Order: sequence, then C-alpha cells, then structure tokens
Amino acid sequence: MTAIADIPEAPRAARRPQIGNPVLRWLRTNLFSSIPNGIVSVVLLAVLAKAIFSFAQWGIANAVWLTPANDSSACRAVRGVGACWAIIPEKYRFILFGTYPFDEQWRPALAVLLFIALFYLSSRRALWRRELAYLWIGALALISLLMWGGLLGLSFVSQDRWGGLPVTLILATFGLAFGFPLGILVALGRRSRLPAIRSLSVLYVELIRGVPLVSLLFMASVMFPLFMPNGFNIDKLLRAQVAIILFAGAYLAEVIRGGLQAVPRGQYEAADALGLSYWRKNRLIVLPQAIRHVIPPLVNTFIAFFKDTSLVLIIGIFDLLTTAKTAIIDPAWQQFSVEVYIFIAGIYFVFCFAMSRYSRSLEAASER
Amino acid sequence: MTSDAPRPPPRRRFFGAFGQRELKGLFWQALVVGIAVAVIVFLWSNTVTNLSARRITTGFAFLGREAGMPIADSLLAYNPRDSYLWAFVVGIANTLRVAVIGIVLATILGTVIGISRLSANWLLSRLAAVYVETLRDIPLLLQLLFWYVLMQALPAARAAWRPIEGVFLSNRGLILPAIPIGTPQLWVLGTAVLGLVVFYVIRRRLIAQQMRDGQPRPAWPFVLGLLVVLPAAVSVLLGVPWTIEWPELRGFNFVGGLTLAPEYFALLIALVTYTSAFIAEIVRSGIQSVPRGQWDAANALGLRRSFMLRQIILPQALRVIVPPMTSQYLNLTKNSSLAVAIGYQDVVSIANTTLNQTGQAIEAIALIMAVFLTISLGISFFMNWYNSRIALVER
Repeated sequence: MTAIADIPEAPRAARRPQIGNPVLRWLRTNLFSSIPNGIVSVVLLAVLAKAIFSFAQWGIANAVWLTPANDSSACRAVRGVGACWAIIPEKYRFILFGTYPFDEQWRPALAVLLFIALFYLSSRRALWRRELAYLWIGALALISLLMWGGLLGLSFVSQDRWGGLPVTLILATFGLAFGFPLGILVALGRRSRLPAIRSLSVLYVELIRGVPLVSLLFMASVMFPLFMPNGFNIDKLLRAQVAIILFAGAYLAEVIRGGLQAVPRGQYEAADALGLSYWRKNRLIVLPQAIRHVIPPLVNTFIAFFKDTSLVLIIGIFDLLTTAKTAIIDPAWQQFSVEVYIFIAGIYFVFCFAMSRYSRSLEAASER
Repeated sequence: MTSDAPRPPPRRRFFGAFGQRELKGLFWQALVVGIAVAVIVFLWSNTVTNLSARRITTGFAFLGREAGMPIADSLLAYNPRDSYLWAFVVGIANTLRVAVIGIVLATILGTVIGISRLSANWLLSRLAAVYVETLRDIPLLLQLLFWYVLMQALPAARAAWRPIEGVFLSNRGLILPAIPIGTPQLWVLGTAVLGLVVFYVIRRRLIAQQMRDGQPRPAWPFVLGLLVVLPAAVSVLLGVPWTIEWPELRGFNFVGGLTLAPEYFALLIALVTYTSAFIAEIVRSGIQSVPRGQWDAANALGLRRSFMLRQIILPQALRVIVPPMTSQYLNLTKNSSLAVAIGYQDVVSIANTTLNQTGQAIEAIALIMAVFLTISLGISFFMNWYNSRIALVER
C-alpha cells in the first residue's frame, strides 16, 4: 500500500518550483512520486489496459448491435467472444414497461418523466416550501391517473399489468411519500416523555430494523391474507408497497431522530416559553431545524430504498429487475442475460448516482 | 388598529379546567395504546378464524415432523428425512457461514480500498473511487444475479480454469485444496486458542507493568511460545497428520478438497464486494477524521511509522469507524437473506420452503425474525462492548 496523502489539509506536494513540462510534472507528483508508487502505477496501468482492452473487444469490437426482429442467430454466433447488445432494442419495451398494453405504453413513459421532474424540482433548494407538498400530491395523483386510466378517455389498466421502471419508481416514491411522515411521527414518539408511546416506537423501529426486508415482503405476500377478514384482499403490489412503507418508516425515523437530537435544548425551551403547543412547537421550530441537519443522510437512505425496491423480485412483483429477468427467459435470448443486467444496472446507476452527487453537494454546501 | 382593544379571551382547550400535562399525557397514551391493541386484536382474531378455516393448527409441533426437503449445500450433516427443526438449524448454520466469512473478507477488502482512496497515487485513488461509486449505486440483488449468471457461464468441470495449481473454477463452483480437520487437529487448534487467551492475560500485565515503571517489555517471546511453539509441540507429541487434500477431477466432478458451491460463492462475492464499498467509505472518513496535528505531533516525536499508525492514528480513527461499521455488519447479515433469489439455502430460504410445504406461515416467519433479531443483538452487543473499550476516556 502506498503512503497516505490526503490527510486533512495536507499541503499538496506542489510547493516546489514549477519548472518543466506540466504533463511530466503532473505524472511525477501523482503517479511516480516514489519508487513503490511508481511500481503500483505501472502494475495498475497494465491491469487497467488489459481490462479495458478485453472489455472493448467483447463489448464493442465483437458485439452484435442489431438483429432482425426475434432472430438471435447472429448473437449466438458470437457467443462468448462478443456481446449481444441487440437484445436491448429487441426487449427494451418489455424491460421498461412490462406487460402494460403495448399501444398505451406512452402513459407509463410519461409517468416516468413526471417522476423525474418531481425529483428534480424537489432537489431545488429555492422550492423547499409548503407548496412542494401540494406539488407532490398533485403529481402523484396525476401519475396514478396515467397508470390506472379509466377517466378522461384513458382505458383502464389493472395493476397486475403494470411493470418495469414505473413500478420501481412507484414503490420507491410512494414508499418515501408515506414513510417520511410515518418516520417523523415515530421519531417524535421515540423522544416523547410519555412512556407508552416511547416504548411502542422503540419496539416498532427495532423490530423492523432487526429483520431483513425479504422477511417483511414474505410477510406481506403470505401472511397478509391471513390477517384480513375472510374475502377481503388487496392487490399484491399494494401489499408490497405497505411493507416498503413500514420498512422505510423505521429507517427514516432513526435518521430523523438523529436530527432531533442535534437541535439545541434552548430551541425547545424558547418554544415552550412562547407557549406553543406540542405540535406547533415541533412543526414550526424543531422539525425544520432537525430535518435540515440530516438532509445528506436522508438522501443516502433514499438511495438505499431505491435499490431495495428490487427485492420485490423475490415475491414476484414486476419491477424493473423482475421484467429484466423475465425478458431473458425467452429461449432464443436466454444466454444473453449479462447484457440485460448491464443495461438495467445502468438505469439504476443513473438514478442512484444523481442522488449521491446531490447528497455530496448538499454536504459541501452545509460545510461552507 | 388600536392596541387597547380588548384581547379575545384565551381559547379554551379541550381539557380546559384540568389543563394538566399529566392528564393530557395519559389521554394520548391511552389513545395510542388503545389503537395498537385494537389493531392487534383485530388482526389476531382474523388470523385465528382464517387458520381454523384452512385447518392449520398453530404451534411449533410441526418442527418435529420429517422435513422432506433437499438441502444441497450444507455445513452440517443433513438428509431429507430429518426434522424441520434440524433443517432450520442447518439453515442457520448456512446463514452464519456466509455472514461470518463475508464480514471478515468485506472488512479486509473495504479497509484496503478505503486506504487506497487516500493514496498519494492518483490512479490508485481514482480506481478505488470508481469501485466504490459503481458498487454502491447498483442494487445488491442485481449484482447477486449478475455474479450467479457469470458462475453458470463458467466452463464445465472438465475444462475448469486453474488459476493456481490445485484450485479449480468451474460451473461446479470454486474448488480449493483443503486440510481435513478431525479430532486430533481440533486438539492442536484448541491449544492455540488457549495460548491466545493466556497471551492476552499476560499482555495486559505487561502493559500494566510498563505503565508503572516506564520500561517497555517485549511481548514477542510470549507470542512465539504460546501461539507457535506450544501448538507445534502438541502436534508433534500427538503425531497429528497435516496432510493437504488436493482436489482431483474424476469423471464429471471433483473428488476431495473444499468445494464452494456456485450459489454460495456467488452470494459471498456479491455480499463482500457490495459491503466493502460501504466499509471503504467508513474507513476513509475515519482516517480523515484524525486531525492533521496528530500526524505532525507523532512525526515530531520521531515515532516509527508503524508505531505511529498503531498507537496514535488507528485508535482515534477507530472511534469514528466502529459505530457505522456495526451497522454494515448487520446489513451484510440481513442481506445474506437474498440467498433465496439464487437458491442458496440459508435460513430464510428454508423457512420459505417450510412455509410452502406446511402452511405454517406465522411460525416460519416468527422463526426468521427470532433468528435475525438474535444475530443482530449478538453483533450489536459485541460491537458495543468493543466500542466502549476503544471509546475516548475523558477526565
């Protein structure tokens, strides 16, 4: 292992006089500052070059990009030496939208765009006002209308035909939209002076955080029908959604509790001195400060949830991962699952990377 | 607007005259507890009705029945005629097998990558950053399926890859040379463990003595004596054989050696690489949290680099590292339940099969929860103990 350089505020080795070719100088300070460093650089360069070369050979040079519809013979010819990207244009409609009626697929596509617009607007600091909550309610209602239809001349599409990216986004977004208020209530409950409420909140948070999400999803899919009166049943997607909301609520509660602990005591006392009631005190004084403190960890929790929605694969709900896995059941294309997985990994990556960059920028802004 | 207009009387609250905090508190608690109890009673009575309608008897009596499910890859001896209880125990052992080894490997890999991110070498730190960003931003389940597909795409046993002599990588999994461990070998290992405990006690006394008179006392003779010479002597005295068993290809499969089945191997790789990305970030922020002045001061004292890292930097970094590390260990253990997606039979997968075979949904899920809550509590206790040991002792 090479020397540790980035100790906080470490003066960079750039104090010496700036002479010579800048490229050589950069190489010298960053790659060849010492003999062991030089060896590490050379070895890494060699490994990297080999990896890039073989990936380029497989993924670009020998790859098949397009084939006639439903014909995988060209792909099978290059199997093992080249990638079959042709499976993406062949299957992308199914991967992205599942079994949603083909002619109506502009609706889920529009819903996805609405989601992205909603996320973008929510990330703008200037828009963090009460109106944002109305915007969320409006957008989610509009998305529900688009997906279900049955009004304004849109044909009705039942939930079991939904699939792909919209389902992933629905599970994640509704999970947050309902999990967040739940988390706030539970976090307040955990810090309440009332013992019964406090212990109920602790019980809820610790139970949910102690078990894997998979077991909660099993519970939602298997035990829920047992819990309900005979003949009463709700859709599988909704049951998974409830499990995800309960799961999100527990994790968000812990993050928010951290923020509540960071609010100075004087703020509570001042609010009490003004004679504010419990709810007004929390709504006007405590929560705005507490949440501001924990926005970066909140965004990280959002990222974790977005990824965790993929677990619904295990109970057979058609989210993005499940549609991808189903798309490659087709015998003609069975052998090209790696390409499909890379494709959807790209989609997940774009969403999560954007959020993680955003969280990083917020952290930087709060440190300034 | 005049200010001397009579102000409206204060609004009378619901509890007006009593207005006591206690009374109000009691009311809210009674309300919340009442709702919780009502919901539980409602769900419970529905469940009881539904179960009796489906003729499922509740209770754990089914655990004694014959399981009849095959378990392909297990640490403990098992056959389908064993009871459900034993199947569960086998499942727990499988969960622990992947969790414990995963935690050890993820910690090592994560630490290496975390330190690489701080390297003076631009290429190394960039590569480490790319590794962390990529793995963190792709769902674990997707990565798991990806690794599993790659495993299945490996050549058949006959054409297995042999990266090193005696190591085979094929669609049968990873096959390694092994040393068979029997009772005599366990005696030797037991001696080594005993030696470790004795060494730990001696080391504490050495440190206490050094605290008193300032004289450093070397610990290495004890390490050598207790951990090397003593077990070696036991091994020679008992004549314990330490033969290495090399795997061999016979027909279509391997004989001998240690086999990591493709399911286990894929799960292990996925968990280790995914968790190591998070651990790398924790290690990096831990090291960065040690103030620059501490490095300068250690350098000014002329301490050796290894001593400086071990005695000055690491103890301070660990304080920042340990609490988030605990939750990563818990996450890895809980994430091992994704095994069900690729057919590695951990406790969740076995509970799921049990549930489908017997219909004992509540019991099966209660068992899963009990197992994971126990493991979580165990890890938390251990890490809290460790954390309190390394925590800052202030005057």
